[in-house]
Amino acid sequence: MPKDGGIGAATTRREDVRFLTGTGRYTDDIQTHAECAAIFARSTVANGIIKSIDTTAAAAMPGVLAIFTGEDFVEVGGNPAGWLINSRDGEPMKEPKRPVLAHGKVRHVGDAYAAVIAETVQQARDAAEMIEADIEELPAVVNMKDALAGDNFVHDEIGTNQCFDWGWIEDNRAATDEAIKNAHHVTTLELVNNRLVPNAMEPRCSIGSYHPGTGDYTLHTTSQNPHLTRLLISAFVMGIPENKLTVIAPDVGGGFGSKIYHYGEEALVLAAAKKLGRTVKWTADRSEAFLTDAHGRDHVTKIELAMDKDGNFLAFRTETHANVGAYLSNFATATPTFLHGTLMAGNYTVPLVYVNVKAVFTNTAPVDAYRGAGRPEATYSLERVIDMAAREIGRDPTDLRRQNFIKPDQYPYASAAGLEYDSGNYDALMDKMEEVSDKAGFAARRAESEAKGLLRGFGVNAYIEACGIAPSNLVGILGSRVGLYDAATVRVNATGNLSVMVGAHSHGQGHETVFPQVVAEMLGIDPMSIEIVHGDTSKIPFGMGTYGSRSLAVCGSAVVRATEKIINKAKKIAAHMLEAAEADIDFTDGEFSVAGTDKKVSFGEVALKAYIPHNFPLEDIEPGLEETAFYDPANFTYPSGAYCCEVEIDPETGKVRVDRMTAVDDFGNVINPMVVTGQVHGGLGQGIGQALLENTTYDENGQLLSASYMDYAMPRADDVPYYIVDHSQGNACTHNPLGVKGCGEAGAIGSPPTVVNAVIDAIQSGGMNVTHIDMPVSPHRVWAAMNNAK
Amino acid sequence: MYAFDIERPATVADAVAALSNEDAQALGGGQTLIPTLKARLASPEKLISLSGISEMQGMSSEGGALRIGGGTIHATVATEAAAIYPALAALASHIGDPAVRNRGTIGGSIANNDPAACYPAAALASGATIVTNSREIAADDYFQGMFTTALDEGEIVTAVSFPIPEKAHYEKFVQPASRFALVGVYVAKFADVVRVAVTGASNEGVHRWTAAEEALSANFSADALADLTVSADDLINDLHGSAEYRAHLVKVMTGRAVSKAK
Ligand SMILES: Cc1cc2nc3c(=O)[nH]c(=O)nc-3n(C[C@H](O)[C@H](O)[C@H](O)COP(=O)(O)OP(=O)(O)OC[C@H]3O[C@@H](n4cnc5c(N)ncnc54)[C@H](O)[C@@H]3O)c2cc1C
Repeated sequence: MPKDGGIGAATTRREDVRFLTGTGRYTDDIQTHAECAAIFARSTVANGIIKSIDTTAAAAMPGVLAIFTGEDFVEVGGNPAGWLINSRDGEPMKEPKRPVLAHGKVRHVGDAYAAVIAETVQQARDAAEMIEADIEELPAVVNMKDALAGDNFVHDEIGTNQCFDWGWIEDNRAATDEAIKNAHHVTTLELVNNRLVPNAMEPRCSIGSYHPGTGDYTLHTTSQNPHLTRLLISAFVMGIPENKLTVIAPDVGGGFGSKIYHYGEEALVLAAAKKLGRTVKWTADRSEAFLTDAHGRDHVTKIELAMDKDGNFLAFRTETHANVGAYLSNFATATPTFLHGTLMAGNYTVPLVYVNVKAVFTNTAPVDAYRGAGRPEATYSLERVIDMAAREIGRDPTDLRRQNFIKPDQYPYASAAGLEYDSGNYDALMDKMEEVSDKAGFAARRAESEAKGLLRGFGVNAYIEACGIAPSNLVGILGSRVGLYDAATVRVNATGNLSVMVGAHSHGQGHETVFPQVVAEMLGIDPMSIEIVHGDTSKIPFGMGTYGSRSLAVCGSAVVRATEKIINKAKKIAAHMLEAAEADIDFTDGEFSVAGTDKKVSFGEVALKAYIPHNFPLEDIEPGLEETAFYDPANFTYPSGAYCCEVEIDPETGKVRVDRMTAVDDFGNVINPMVVTGQVHGGLGQGIGQALLENTTYDENGQLLSASYMDYAMPRADDVPYYIVDHSQGNACTHNPLGVKGCGEAGAIGSPPTVVNAVIDAIQSGGMNVTHIDMPVSPHRVWAAMNNAK
Repeated sequence: MYAFDIERPATVADAVAALSNEDAQALGGGQTLIPTLKARLASPEKLISLSGISEMQGMSSEGGALRIGGGTIHATVATEAAAIYPALAALASHIGDPAVRNRGTIGGSIANNDPAACYPAAALASGATIVTNSREIAADDYFQGMFTTALDEGEIVTAVSFPIPEKAHYEKFVQPASRFALVGVYVAKFADVVRVAVTGASNEGVHRWTAAEEALSANFSADALADLTVSADDLINDLHGSAEYRAHLVKVMTGRAVSKAK
């Protein structure tokens, strides 16, 4: 029965019908009676002392209901960092308070210092302009090196701009230094992993409401994890009892990480709702999104690779400055450390890895996890330095990688950076990549390009990442202040259809299609009879949400466990109905039968019986058919891949065009190949965007120069090629019931180094000795690099 | 956006009268003005929409020139000028995206004179005449630096009249984010003279490259540019390209425009 819609079927995404016909229901679409509007007054300077805020004129403006400033939130808690990182000397990280509204000082352009609530958005905006804020501008801390050297502090009370100085693995430091000192060949590369603005299509939006009769709060918000938001608001920021706060994230138009975190605007609309007894809505405009959504990446790294005379990798050593911006966003401290340093052995049998990360406060927007979160930074550093090393010692970049790959018979493999990889086959991925990309035809294509006066390059890359972000035990040891499991409830309704409440949140991933495929396969029923419920803390059991490519691996596993419990109970009911022993009940294709007889009942009949328990063995079985499971995996999952791309460069202008892009990934088992392909496409587009186009630029005063689409280049359809995507080389994850690994971020992790490697190959083919260009590899940068090398 | 009133006159005369109110501003396709209003960077009390004025619509050719009404949208020029002045039609077809091309007008573009806009290069290289409600202005006198023109307060661009060259081409190297011209060069070859106009590159806005014009008037081939250099002085230096890069692109784009001119 489920064969046309169960595991492995390329079912089209059912949620797309509403998204494509304009019937999605996003937060801003929700309109309530007596709703009023919040508008924030935001700093136009990057660093400044708030001397006074005079709201008298603003308060007298038409329609104004209330005005809040930082004063109003001095008593409430701060928005915390979710991971505690200790420095090399054992000192805990510096954790300055992140207030709801800036108090005392503004610390980045866009930092909100006041909020106006008025009857209409227009009135609130007009009034916000009338707030007289006397803010004394101070010199801004923008560049990370200057931040560490100087005595101009983003947070005066901590007396430094260094959040932490982290070493991984500290015990390997001396041995790594020694290996590098004595190595036959050391390749050194300094690079920048460019800061990115997430640019979800839907800007952030939050609606707070309060019921004075019951004291219940409701927050509708653009979140990737409503339970986490509730936890942060309840336990840390506002102290609202958890059972008095419902957080609902309805349809969410993309997040890419930026909607994981709790933001001050969410707290503000709740506080305002309580004060006014009105529903208060705030919707960001695009400029606010540029200025205040947590940005991504922004690492400056020096990486060294030591090799012996045969090209065997001996050690990787890195020094990274990671910008955390003006305040610690919730995962800001985990991203450059445990999601980055632990991956720094890549796909390789390198025996020694040492990673040093200094996290730095600057007067810029907070930086946090963005699609890939730490793993793209690790992959980029590794795969660029390996490529450079191959060129330095005259080896083919693919061969050098293959020589150092972990081999299939070495799993489970304890990497030099502290993780245990469960499965993989990197040579098989490379083989497949070379086949489907028609690598053999590259020479002919290069000749064709050259005949047109263009340079063509081939870039290759291998990656491994850790996703399915969990397990609680491991992340707890690594500093996480939360557990990272997930939960699901499978509710079989009396009429036989199902509601499955999941802790994962779908904001573009396709859960509403894919999760039913899993349940349908297990129960032998029509997937269309299964509805996924997500994004509402009052409806779902619990959940840590969606990020880190964890939904299927972690929450999907919880769904499996809950469905197994359903089958167990249903068997008991069927046994009773069929007057047989439970051990004799066989369940296949949606039917319960008694082995060796023709007696059977359907799944639907059992469901009905569960809710109409006439003649029911109530002493043995409770009525109803509903089960919940929490799932906490044993390990991360480890997707891996081999990517390649071909670029053409116009040597006169420096313009790079990606002509071909191939992604061969090991995602373990694949539930819906079409959805997986779509996830890879999206990731590749973002990766190409980072490699060629996207650049977040602050000037020396901390003004964001790339603050709109006029200056921030997003990839458009004609910037990306037709992708060749293959996931036939899956090696099942060994520790989750579905054998799945996670596919949401891979494309964005694997593609940037592939593109840059190809650019370098193309330029070198033209006889110019260019060894590295920082992303985005814009026409101007390529031209300048080629010019300098001439 | 601040609140404003809007009027939609049917004749140029009525529009001119309406614009005599100092808090009134002309609205063409709104592709520049509306985003400015949304960002609250301008606060006109009244917008005078020019889109209902039929005498400012459409195009006609007369005596070797193509006259385009100031209210004509880019999409119309892209299709209807294709047979008469293909280089101009091609330029129009690469402005912005379909939404921009179906709202934005030639009069708005010429009046705004964005330093990276496309039409100003075409007008200057073609030696066009800017026709307003009160006079005719030669393109050489009209463009006066970035966002600056010879227009008086309340003056309306009712038409632009382009002499049609023997050959022409506009070569645009796009700024990756906005896709306006990082450097755009329009080359127009007439029987007796070649005119070259450069947009996107200079702090002074659209301008002619006279050294190239002389070289190309003697020998209309990309090779004629070989010995010329473009000074980076006064060229724009921003996050998308240095002045030196723009100087380099001016020459490359000019060469390509010459080679592709037809
Ligand atoms: C996404 C995007 C991409 C774009 N890409 C390009 C590009 O690649 N190349 C390019 O050249 N342009 C580009 N543009 C600009 C576009 O061509 C605009 O349409 C044009 O610059 C302004 O024309 P408008 O009719 O929209 O004028 P409006 O926005 O309505 O007005 C602009 C200004 O001109 C005044 N005005 C308007 N019409 C007249 C008139 N007839 N007489 C006197 N004053 C008038 C207005 O008062 C205002 O000050 C782009 C715009 C957008 C939004």
